[in-house]
Amino acid sequence: MEVVIQIGIFVVLLAVGWFAGRAAEKRHFRELAETEASLRDILVFNERRLPPDGKFSRATLVVGSVVIAEDYFKRIAAGLRGLVGGRITVYESLLDRGRREAIVRMKQEARELGATMIMNVRLETASMAEDQSGRAPMFSAEFIAYGTALVPDRRS
Amino acid sequence: MELTTLETIPGKTITRHLGLVQGSTVRSKHAGKDILAGLKNFVGGELKSYTALLNESRNEAIERMVAQAQAVGANAVVNIRFSTSNIAAGAAEVMAYGTAVVVG
Repeated sequence: MEVVIQIGIFVVLLAVGWFAGRAAEKRHFRELAETEASLRDILVFNERRLPPDGKFSRATLVVGSVVIAEDYFKRIAAGLRGLVGGRITVYESLLDRGRREAIVRMKQEARELGATMIMNVRLETASMAEDQSGRAPMFSAEFIAYGTALVPDRRS
Repeated sequence: MELTTLETIPGKTITRHLGLVQGSTVRSKHAGKDILAGLKNFVGGELKSYTALLNESRNEAIERMVAQAQAVGANAVVNIRFSTSNIAAGAAEVMAYGTAVVVG
């Protein structure tokens, strides 16, 4: 009986992860596509040097960050994939979401300042998987995007 | 105080270098907001309380770096970098560092 209950819980969690997780991922990708389109006019470079002809009234630090976690289905799928090796596609889409979201947030901060470009952009990832007991209950990671927003000189 | 990730401040020249300044803060990742994060285990997605926590920590790290820069008489920090590390289970260090300079 106990075994049945345990299997039942597992199946329910898996189903919740599959349905809720997939719906959330789809929604997130749709939102990302929309916001990215609306922020397309802000140019992002990882080049350190400034454009030689540009005149800027202000240069300031902008940061975007997000912490994103896997769902139960992804966790199980990645665990199974780990047995045979190969690409873990469920994580690839998760990391893609996180990184794009961080860039979008950085760009939104730049937009509020009236900037038209962001120079010397750096991307960073920090895993937050461990809990207090040292176990990894789930995979979650922080994504940071930061750079220098350049506000054009309106007088010129 | 001007902050950039570039090596210079556009339109200005660096007149003095004052060396490296840094600010950091160590936060527990389980600041009572963990129950919601635990529920998020099953559905995944953004952990908003963690995002807010780390943003808060980062702002504090920047403030400390700026305070250090002001203490040495700088009016700008260039070449800023961030780093986040897990120094112990359940704790994260957020650090900001850069070069303090005087621009004119």
